[in-house]
Amino acid sequence: MKVVAKTANEAMAEAMRQINPDVVAAYPITPATEIVQIFSSFVHDGLVDTEFIAVESEHSAMSACIGAAAAGARVMTSTSSQGLALMDEVLYIAAALRLPIVICEINRALSAPINIHCDHSDTMNVRDSGWIQIYAEDSQEAYDSVIQAMKIAEEAFLPAMVTADGFILSHAMQRIDMLEDEEVQAFIGEHKSPYNLLDIYNPITIGPLDLQDYFFEHKRQEADAMMKAPEVIKKVADEFGQKFGRKYGLVEEYRLDDAEYAIVVIGSTAGTAKDTVDMMRDKGHKVGLLRIRVFRPFPAEEIVKALKNVRVVGVMDRADGVNAYGGPVFMEVRAALYEEEKKPDVYSFVYGLGGRDVKPVDIERVFQMIMDADKGKKIDRLNYIGVRE
Amino acid sequence: MEKEILEIRWHGRGGQGAKTAALLFGEAALETGMYIQAFPEYGPERTGAPVSSYNRLSKKPIRIHSGIETPDIVLVLDPTLIGKVDVTAGLKDDGVIIVNTTKSPSEVRKMLGLKDSIKVYTVDAYGIALATIGRAIPNTPMLGSLIKATGILNFDHLLESVRKKLEVKFRGKGADIVDKNIQAIKKAYEETKGEE
Amino acid sequence: MKETWKELPIGAIIKEPGSSKRFETGDWRTERPVLDPEKCIHCMFCWIYCPDSSIKVENGKMEGFLYEYCKGCGICADVCPTKAITMVREEV
Ligand code: SF4
Ligand code: SF4
Repeated sequence: MKVVAKTANEAMAEAMRQINPDVVAAYPITPATEIVQIFSSFVHDGLVDTEFIAVESEHSAMSACIGAAAAGARVMTSTSSQGLALMDEVLYIAAALRLPIVICEINRALSAPINIHCDHSDTMNVRDSGWIQIYAEDSQEAYDSVIQAMKIAEEAFLPAMVTADGFILSHAMQRIDMLEDEEVQAFIGEHKSPYNLLDIYNPITIGPLDLQDYFFEHKRQEADAMMKAPEVIKKVADEFGQKFGRKYGLVEEYRLDDAEYAIVVIGSTAGTAKDTVDMMRDKGHKVGLLRIRVFRPFPAEEIVKALKNVRVVGVMDRADGVNAYGGPVFMEVRAALYEEEKKPDVYSFVYGLGGRDVKPVDIERVFQMIMDADKGKKIDRLNYIGVRE
Repeated sequence: MEKEILEIRWHGRGGQGAKTAALLFGEAALETGMYIQAFPEYGPERTGAPVSSYNRLSKKPIRIHSGIETPDIVLVLDPTLIGKVDVTAGLKDDGVIIVNTTKSPSEVRKMLGLKDSIKVYTVDAYGIALATIGRAIPNTPMLGSLIKATGILNFDHLLESVRKKLEVKFRGKGADIVDKNIQAIKKAYEETKGEE
Repeated sequence: MKETWKELPIGAIIKEPGSSKRFETGDWRTERPVLDPEKCIHCMFCWIYCPDSSIKVENGKMEGFLYEYCKGCGICADVCPTKAITMVREEV
């Protein structure tokens, strides 16, 4: 293990180097450009054995990844925002073909208006595409999660994206404990494919027309794989924790044990929120935090367990539902709690769109609002935080 | 370092290396066992346009990810930014400001209307860079000034760390350019002035 | 009985090579191609163009049609340079 200073982009590129995939097909996009750029220099310098395919769009990037993965290769790529949106239709294909591809994703707002900064609209847009989604809180976690994701994908036979907040993490240097190359190789193990198009002794057909008679069964099967994925994700995280000392789960509870008020958040804001929770605890408020690390598959059970004894919950979404009943995280967290006899009141707070900075005072305000609501003050179910009203 | 988290803001113009300075400083601090953050003002860089970059330093892991609004230390890499950019915005009452200028610290204090509790240091980083590197690149000299003014890191450690980083960065461009930068840092360290 | 989702191979792949052989597209036909061997020069244009691989070839010679799969699209008749293929109505 060695201590280095890296941005999330650099750290994810290093994770890719250590994984040493057979194929990387990618197209650059701010703020994820560096990942591919750094990785291509690894290819040039002969540090990896990867076939690097420079394509003309993200749609082609994912298409090439699918072809390579179907041919039995270990495959990775990287993208952000519009790039992920352009991949959209092919993402569904990668998932339904059950190909273990890994994307290093950097969260950036979807246009319009054009913006290059962080929000989660890009990955939330593809939340139902059948990809595992892991949201990193910091660059260390982005690095660790990319390594775990490769193993998870190849055990669950599902594609996985690891995402880190654009600029906030992608361009911010922090301390990273990097594993040795051999440790990464030993951890991820031999590459596993669900099938291999190039195996001439076991010829197969991929992507046949699948109509009313079988399509539903295949989708049900895909859903089943996703439902079983939490076990794989936990197993891989446990193994990672045992070997390297850094522990990860589907969710992370922070000072929730006796908490009366909690916020739910994903991504880098969780770090800022932890400091805020400490600050408010010092003032005597019983507050806590639940960070959702794995949003797909959705860890409903863990979320319910963590939140059911809380009085009021504020769910912070860095993506707007625009015309939905609240942000995507809010909707699912609230739905998951519906069955419970005793359940917290849940409010939606959309924040940080297009990279709007979120400060401890913003998070404090969310806590204040839900505490006021508990004392009988009427507040809106759906709220926007940090926007000029 | 007494504070739990020390926050630094670098002001420069696109192309002057404010981001590189923050990265070099962050890495040097990391090597002493500290937790660090180093990040540029998020956004596309445009040569000549006012830009800023930031550092956080702490003995404990740093979790906060919001922008830095109340820095402990401000460095101004270009004197012409004064008056155009609010370089003292949010600077803490016990803060430090270090300015690349030929003016004296008390002149800068007057220009910026600073409180007595804020410490002011100046250095002619352009003059030093021209005399050593041969180009008016203020970022490496300002690293020397930062250490002189605050003593956050051991100066020899900083020199060693920066040397290693520059050797990688200027790989193939000769040892000369690295030596000149180290010279500039040393000179700036010696010539940085505070108030009497 | 068709398989349930639990029994199907992963990723909707088909593991049996050439299984489309069982899918006889011949019963889609309303017109059938008929060859006039006198006119045929065995240029193989029809063989290249036929979307259902339904041109029978033996020893490099065009030898008629595989009617189990020929769906009667008429492409062969259209591309034949010597007009050796004519499409005729299928009768019940
Ligand atoms: S295209 Fe016509 S001439 Fe050529 S092989 Fe076919 S039937 Fe014969
Ligand atoms: S009619 Fe169409 S399907 Fe039949 S042999 Fe000709 S080209 Fe092939």
